[in-house]
Amino acid sequence: MKVLVPVKRVIDSNVKARVKPDQSGVDLANVKMAMNPFCEIAVEEAVRLKEKGIVSEIVVVSIGPAQAQETIRTALAMGGDRGLLVQSDVDLEPLAVAKVLKAVADEEQPGLILMGKQAIDGDNNAVGQMLSALLGWPQATFASKIEISGSSAKVTREVDGGLQTLDVALPAVITADLRLNEPRYASLPNIMKAKKKDLAVKAVGDYGVDIAPRLTVLKVAEPPKRAGGIKVETADDMVAKLKTEAGVL
Amino acid sequence: MTVLVIADHDGKSIREDTLKTVTAAAQLGDVDILVAGKGVDGAAAAAAKITGVKKVLVAESDALGHGMAEAFEALVVPLAAGYDAVLIPSTSQGKNIAPRIAAKLDVAPITDVIQIVDASTFVRPIYAGNALETVKSSDAKKVITVRPTAFKPAGEGGSGAISKIDAGAGAGAGGAKFISEEIVKSDRPELGAAKIVVSGGRAMGSAEEFTRVIEPLADLLGGAVGASRAAVDAGYAPNDYQVGQTGKVVAPDLYIAIGISGAIQHLAGMKDSKVIVAINKDPDAPIFAVADYGLVSDYKTAVPDLMAALKKAGK
Ligand SMILES: Cc1cc2nc3c(=O)[nH]c(=O)nc-3n(C[C@H](O)[C@H](O)[C@H](O)COP(=O)(O)OP(=O)(O)OC[C@H]3O[C@@H](n4cnc5c(N)ncnc54)[C@H](O)[C@@H]3O)c2cc1C
Ligand SMILES: Nc1ncnc2c1ncn2[C@@H]1O[C@H](COP(=O)(O)O)[C@@H](O)[C@H]1O
Repeated sequence: MKVLVPVKRVIDSNVKARVKPDQSGVDLANVKMAMNPFCEIAVEEAVRLKEKGIVSEIVVVSIGPAQAQETIRTALAMGGDRGLLVQSDVDLEPLAVAKVLKAVADEEQPGLILMGKQAIDGDNNAVGQMLSALLGWPQATFASKIEISGSSAKVTREVDGGLQTLDVALPAVITADLRLNEPRYASLPNIMKAKKKDLAVKAVGDYGVDIAPRLTVLKVAEPPKRAGGIKVETADDMVAKLKTEAGVL
Repeated sequence: MTVLVIADHDGKSIREDTLKTVTAAAQLGDVDILVAGKGVDGAAAAAAKITGVKKVLVAESDALGHGMAEAFEALVVPLAAGYDAVLIPSTSQGKNIAPRIAAKLDVAPITDVIQIVDASTFVRPIYAGNALETVKSSDAKKVITVRPTAFKPAGEGGSGAISKIDAGAGAGAGGAKFISEEIVKSDRPELGAAKIVVSGGRAMGSAEEFTRVIEPLADLLGGAVGASRAAVDAGYAPNDYQVGQTGKVVAPDLYIAIGISGAIQHLAGMKDSKVIVAINKDPDAPIFAVADYGLVSDYKTAVPDLMAALKKAGK
């Protein structure tokens, strides 16, 4: 079975995003970028499925600027087989990303799409669900466990209140939650090998899908700052403050 | 404008997330509410009483009862034709279904909205809440998930008309089957709705210690229990306790963080709490930068001391 893994290049999760003074967006100049952590988890899961002999080929796709090739190479170093960059120099909205990914899926005909539940830049948590709707495939979001047998996947999902288990017929879209696995670090030899793997580059225009923005960003502002607090010396002081000053007890 | 709110409920009652979503919806126009599930008479009756709700639409099927996204898509997409906006609480279920419905309607979903500026302009947090984005939508129809902590719950006193509707073609749920569910039953208030939340972090070191330290304090205060990702990953607490960018967002009157460092991803889920208390033995832990009251101490002595002080103060 072929697996398609969409990955996004985002700000490194250890970096605190800073708003530009003119409120036009978040300052990404000279900021460390990395593969979205949830996408890393999706790649890792695909590699594990390949190691188990369930998956035969892992195709990694990213929609983004030329630099997203680095992100794809990282996924190839983790064990992906081949990459595809759909180059777009403007940031696409989740709906447009889903439409491009649908076009890629139509071409590639994967048996499974494994992706992150959320990109930590826009925090949309939307593309997987939209892609699955556009393809008319079943979805299993927020997966913390995936077992594939024959033509279906048993997926345990993290939901409010606990866990839910679904059985989805393949092809399906599964989005990864944090506890699905712990992604490996690519070894140096694998990083070297990944440089030779096939990475095709296409232009977003090649797919002929409607990517016109539906949302205009009017401004990006800093959230209100919390006023700094105080340190108390003892638990008794704490309770006294909570009672009289804060009035929350 | 007419707005359809998709209720989050447990069959018998309506969750507070829904009441808060109704408040957001009422800022846009007339509100109808959809109560979809299986065995939802109690929830439908409760929905009818929400202030401002005109109509309660009730749809029942097994697939809806299990929250199957495909079934919700099949039900809501045709219904949406009669509305200018569909609003859904940003719960795990809301996040599961809203984008799917939006894609079918060819609409860009706007997720986690914290402020409604006007009928087409909304504010939402991005980058773990380190920035707030104001977006204007050019879609004729809007599909929005509402971050409940940003709105006050709608009151009671309405008298909406209840009508049953067909569950639609989605009853079969197209290729996805429900197998099982493990929902933790608890007498504590729901994490998202609790006035007081007590959260534990990696410092607890084990599930036994987490239970021994965090739960009695939460129970003494009548609060809910939360956790950092590190505590959940290590198996000290169940997954749905996770507070943060990728877990639950909470904004209680009082949030007590114990042995939690205060990573940006954790702060994203609790920094809008009214009062924040932190107990951490590291005076430089970033959590102290957002805490109103910090106690630099080992939790092993600080938590028993705090419980004693609370009892002395009549708790
Ligand atoms: C994509 C992504 C998403 C994430 N989403 C979330 C999320 O939703 N929620 C979340 O919480 N995290 C999330 N994280 C993880 C986050 O970055 C941190 O790793 C995590 O919050 C750390 O948890 P912690 O504070 O419990 O552990 P640590 O950072 O290890 O902190 C433990 C703290 O306990 C203190 N301590 C130790 N012993 C004692 C003692 N005896 N008494 C008192 N204090 C003590 C230490 O001083 C330290 O400050 C995410 C990370 C990524 C990459
Ligand atoms: N530009 C992109 N290129 C490839 N995959 C993407 C892109 N944007 C989002 N995705 C995928 O969709 C998931 C959810 O992203 P989002 O809905 O934007 O939070 C990510 O984890 C990726 O797997």
